Amino acid sequence: MAFSQQLINLFAALLLLIAFAMLSQRRILSLINLFAMQGLMLTTSTAIVAWSSHQHHLYYSAALTLIIKVIALPWLLHRLIRKLNVKWDVEPMINIPSTMLIGLALVVFSFNLALPISQLAGTITRSTLGIAMASVLLSFMMMITRRKAVPQVIGFLAMENGLFFAATSSTYGMPMVVELGIALDVLVGSFIFGIFFFQIRETFDSLDTRHMEKLKED
Amino acid sequence: MEILLILGIPLLGGLLLALFGCRKWAPELNAAMSFGTFLASLWLTARIIAHGPITAYQEQFFIDPFNVFLVTITAFVALTTALFSSPYMHNEAAHGKLSPNRLRLYHSMYQMFTFTMLLALTTNNMGILWVAMEAATLTTVLLVSLYRTPASLEAAWKYFILCGVGIAQALFGTILLYFAAEKVLGAGGNALLWTHLDAVKTQLEPTVLSLAFVFLLVGYGTKTGLAPLHNWLPDAHAEGPTPISAVLSGLLLNVALYAVVRSKVLVDGALGTHFAGNLMMGFGLLSLVVAAFSLSRQKDIKRLFAYSSIEHMGIITFAFGMGGSVATFAALLHMTMHSLTKSAIFFAVGHAAQKSGTQMMESIRGLIKTNPTIGWGLALGTLAILGMPPFGVFASEFMIITTAMHEHAWATPFILIALGVAFAAIFSKVQTMVFGETELPRLPHPPALVPVFAHLALVLLLGLYIPPYLANWYRQAAALIG
Repeated sequence: MAFSQQLINLFAALLLLIAFAMLSQRRILSLINLFAMQGLMLTTSTAIVAWSSHQHHLYYSAALTLIIKVIALPWLLHRLIRKLNVKWDVEPMINIPSTMLIGLALVVFSFNLALPISQLAGTITRSTLGIAMASVLLSFMMMITRRKAVPQVIGFLAMENGLFFAATSSTYGMPMVVELGIALDVLVGSFIFGIFFFQIRETFDSLDTRHMEKLKED
Repeated sequence: MEILLILGIPLLGGLLLALFGCRKWAPELNAAMSFGTFLASLWLTARIIAHGPITAYQEQFFIDPFNVFLVTITAFVALTTALFSSPYMHNEAAHGKLSPNRLRLYHSMYQMFTFTMLLALTTNNMGILWVAMEAATLTTVLLVSLYRTPASLEAAWKYFILCGVGIAQALFGTILLYFAAEKVLGAGGNALLWTHLDAVKTQLEPTVLSLAFVFLLVGYGTKTGLAPLHNWLPDAHAEGPTPISAVLSGLLLNVALYAVVRSKVLVDGALGTHFAGNLMMGFGLLSLVVAAFSLSRQKDIKRLFAYSSIEHMGIITFAFGMGGSVATFAALLHMTMHSLTKSAIFFAVGHAAQKSGTQMMESIRGLIKTNPTIGWGLALGTLAILGMPPFGVFASEFMIITTAMHEHAWATPFILIALGVAFAAIFSKVQTMVFGETELPRLPHPPALVPVFAHLALVLLLGLYIPPYLANWYRQAAALIG
């Protein structure tokens, strides 16, 4: 038991590490690869939780994550950026050192927030709830700091990863019907943002959301 | 059976209209589907009034007086909006603003949107509630950008991202809720059923539930348009087609607030304190004040009334936060009044903007002179939403303010000042649009104003006299919420 717990902690740490890497990554292509890797960590850790706790429905969740987040979405994103010809886009204007520092503060904050809940959790993965919350907040910050549409969406999907990890680490996953519903929403949402990329590109000739600041309060 | 019809008709309508949505008779099919949904909702209401709360399909659905009342309003406003939308969208298409494919998308998504809202209202599962709320965002986001103007794309992107982020917080809240529930109810699908949670709410872990409520309130509050997360709302309302502004404002905000209130009932039971109520009062009051002071700066007529929606959602949230039978009764009544009045106003505004060819208020003038019905519709609707007696909004606002004076006297000045500022801002702007001179010609086609006056007549009627069975129904719902 102790060994699988160690493994889960290892993957949780890797998940957090990838969240930080995404926060500091400027290239879109690397960002997508990081996102796929994060999905893979999530799949592995879910599978380990399923194996060590004998929760068979978690195998389905792991399979669903593998199909959607490691294969389908990265493939879709790769296709999109090739079609939109933004494969080598680099985001020039983000202050990486200060975002990293704020990110560190967020991690400390979420560990403190998660502490009372983790103590209540009876699952073998309870120590990872803080990590889950931290990766949700880090992805949230990534969405705020980014200017371009594709990284914003990747931030959104990474946030979903963090939420999913929170669900497996604190409760061994949500009921199956809810999980299927969430997966459906994520899929439909991805198609919609795909459509959006094309519409934004067509209208503004760029995927930079700085062009979209006309609707000001006045 | 009724639930199957209520959910099945719009779902079927969405699929049918995805195929035939560009045909000439698509608007009529859209209205017919909404009419079917409305009939089914009446049937369900009759049954709930006669037999009390029911659960159906292995407890996956749960109907009590609280949500059946929202189901009926949703089905009713969806029907009148479909009736309004048929000549309105026909005219938009005739002006070359929409291609047949976009009309198909519009009609199909209109029905799917109704479906997601009704699913959110009828489901017993807090997880499915979240899924349906997210789906409601997804179905409307492409409708906001239907005209494909730069501004509408920007509004839709903002709506997508902000509501996506917001709703993700609500998912985290739901996970925490499940985490607490699992301790008592055991793992599996039943631990998220609201009826089961309600039965054991006093045993749920208080720290976890209070944290869960914060996330749920922030998440669903974003969709309700509560300040400070209201930024998406004016943009989405102003840039989308008018029928969508009407249903977003009149229905979606209510459904999101419904989710908050359902969570509040559980948290109140677990905590035994007024924690959830205090949070809701704070957010409600903040939204009310922020929106009221933003009103005077608006130039776009739809943005003006979008801010007014934020203001009214603030009042309703505040009233639910106060709790107690009178305040909750008033909140439910205000929800009804706001839905009916605000959608009527958006219908009139849509025609006024079509007539003037712009949504800028400085260019809309002399409505009564050329199109008296549109002018009077807008004027009366505005008076109603500003809380002038004898309209129903006055009754509900009066009850809310008197309860606030009684129990939370500190809040009264904020409410009164905000309502006063809102009155001054909206009234002066609408007055110049309705009266005054204009060179512009009449609207070339007959406006669809039956829904406007039907809604306003209902609001007037409910302001003068609430039938006993209706009052009883509200009272039952208020007793459930507490």
